[in-house]
Amino acid sequence: MKIIVCIKQVPDTTEVRIDQKTGTLIREGVPSIINPDDKSGIEAALVLKERYGAHITLLSMGPDQAELALIEGLAMGADRAILLSDRAFAGSDTWATSIALAYAIKKIDYDVIICGRQAIDGDTAQVGPQIAEHLSLPQVSYVTSIEKEENSLKVKKVFEDFSQNIRIKMPCMITVLKEINQPRYMTVGRIFDAYKENQVERWNIQNIDMDPSLTGLKASPTQVKKIQTKGAKTAGKVFEVDAREGARLIVEKLKEKFVI
Amino acid sequence: MDLKAYKGILVIGEQRQGNIQNGTFELLGKAKELAAKLDCNVSVLLIGNGLNEQHGKILAKHGADNIFMTNDHSLENYSTEPYTKTITKFINENKPEIVMISATTIGRDLAPRLSARLKTGLTADCTSLDIEENTQNLLMTRPAFGGNILATIVCPNHRPQMSTVRPGVFQKQEFDVRKPLKINCVRADITKEDLNIEILDTVYEKTEKKNIEEANILVSAGRGIGSKENITKLETLAKELGGLVSGSRAVVDAGWIDQPSQVGQTGKTVRPDVYFACGISGAIQHIAGMEESDLIIAINKNPGAPIFDNADLGIVADVNQLIPALVEELQKETHK
Repeated sequence: MKIIVCIKQVPDTTEVRIDQKTGTLIREGVPSIINPDDKSGIEAALVLKERYGAHITLLSMGPDQAELALIEGLAMGADRAILLSDRAFAGSDTWATSIALAYAIKKIDYDVIICGRQAIDGDTAQVGPQIAEHLSLPQVSYVTSIEKEENSLKVKKVFEDFSQNIRIKMPCMITVLKEINQPRYMTVGRIFDAYKENQVERWNIQNIDMDPSLTGLKASPTQVKKIQTKGAKTAGKVFEVDAREGARLIVEKLKEKFVI
Repeated sequence: MDLKAYKGILVIGEQRQGNIQNGTFELLGKAKELAAKLDCNVSVLLIGNGLNEQHGKILAKHGADNIFMTNDHSLENYSTEPYTKTITKFINENKPEIVMISATTIGRDLAPRLSARLKTGLTADCTSLDIEENTQNLLMTRPAFGGNILATIVCPNHRPQMSTVRPGVFQKQEFDVRKPLKINCVRADITKEDLNIEILDTVYEKTEKKNIEEANILVSAGRGIGSKENITKLETLAKELGGLVSGSRAVVDAGWIDQPSQVGQTGKTVRPDVYFACGISGAIQHIAGMEESDLIIAINKNPGAPIFDNADLGIVADVNQLIPALVEELQKETHK
């Protein structure tokens, strides 16, 4: 089985803080990580490899520094890593990103594409299904378990209040939730190997035979018009009192608002 | 692309086992507001099987001017390709300028697939929608970077302008319907090739569990409550007020409450009448999921906790002492 796992390097948004004076994001010192859902995608592929035998290619689109995320994936046990990087991709929205990734995927042999459900910086959950559409592949998103059958996969998809077991023929695309597994750590030997030079292949727009007018800012249907940091709601009164007095203050407030 | 050829707002309705979901009604209410600014109609397309006049009536009551439905056994339950194909055909024929979809697990599977097929833009999980005055473009505002920033997105040169909205973000509205109900049937041309996945079984979760999105009062636990055992104290308070217990990501990760009751960026968006934040520090990801609550009461030992910046009333105290005291005080009130 040949598996492609699409991964994104993201700032760890739980570490992002806001500068209270300027109201801007403090990005300095914020660590970059493999997007958590994507990391579970790598782990899911590694489990399939252990169980059924597989070749795993990691694919990431991003700036030079995204190489680190790919190296980490190699050190977890992936077989091949490709960094798709070109100025032509700059400013891409999900549409322009997914079409570029689809062009790259056309150059790779695969049975299954695994994406994480969504990235913690954008939270859109769009790129996976859009890749599947560009490649005319069947898809199942929100997957929490994968088993291989002969020419198909049996997956469990979760909805808000129910779940389904689904059979999907390969080639196909699935997106996984981070709940699917607990990603393993890198092994020391593999970290050493992964850091050796030229372990990550570099592809630019020529490598994927893509017309630059199809991607990047200009080919993106959506545009960011305005960015603002959220102002805190006008803070109410805060009281430092004992439990009994605090309880009374709350009861008063609930009465004032006709809750009780 | 001739942008002017696209007119009107289309809401993609969502039904599960024949029940129209709340998110659909909420979108219709918002669509009606936007339609007034654009001077256009609101249409709804409800896909399923065995849909009838009752479905039509309730859609009209919540703001749909034009009602479209499919009745096709292959569309009874959601499946990506048959739904994408049916909606794409409908959009290409009817050319709405705006398409709104609920950001549920179904909508978030469907919407990106649709946008890629229609070659247009899609903005996910919008928390506010408006019309830009001079351009008449849809202004789609959504949180990003874990809720740290709000980005306003436009889709100026492609149509339709597509957005998804999480259930609970907008409020449903009811309207007086004066015109007679007319249901337009939409034919689906689903072939064998479109049925490209096989649903082996569907398992429904126990319905006893109550949905925190529908609760009027939420008593929400944070790491500050200290242990799983202390959840019972919150349950007593919730019971006293007729509410439910929810929690932050930290307590879900700790296994103190179940994931479906998680509030925040990676959980649910709630807007109850009263939200008790008990021992919740107030990470931005959490605030993003509850800041629209009418009344926010925060209880935390740490006077510097960011939750106090977002609360209407803050009490700096030990939550495990305060909650039992509050329950007592409430009981006194009811026995007065």
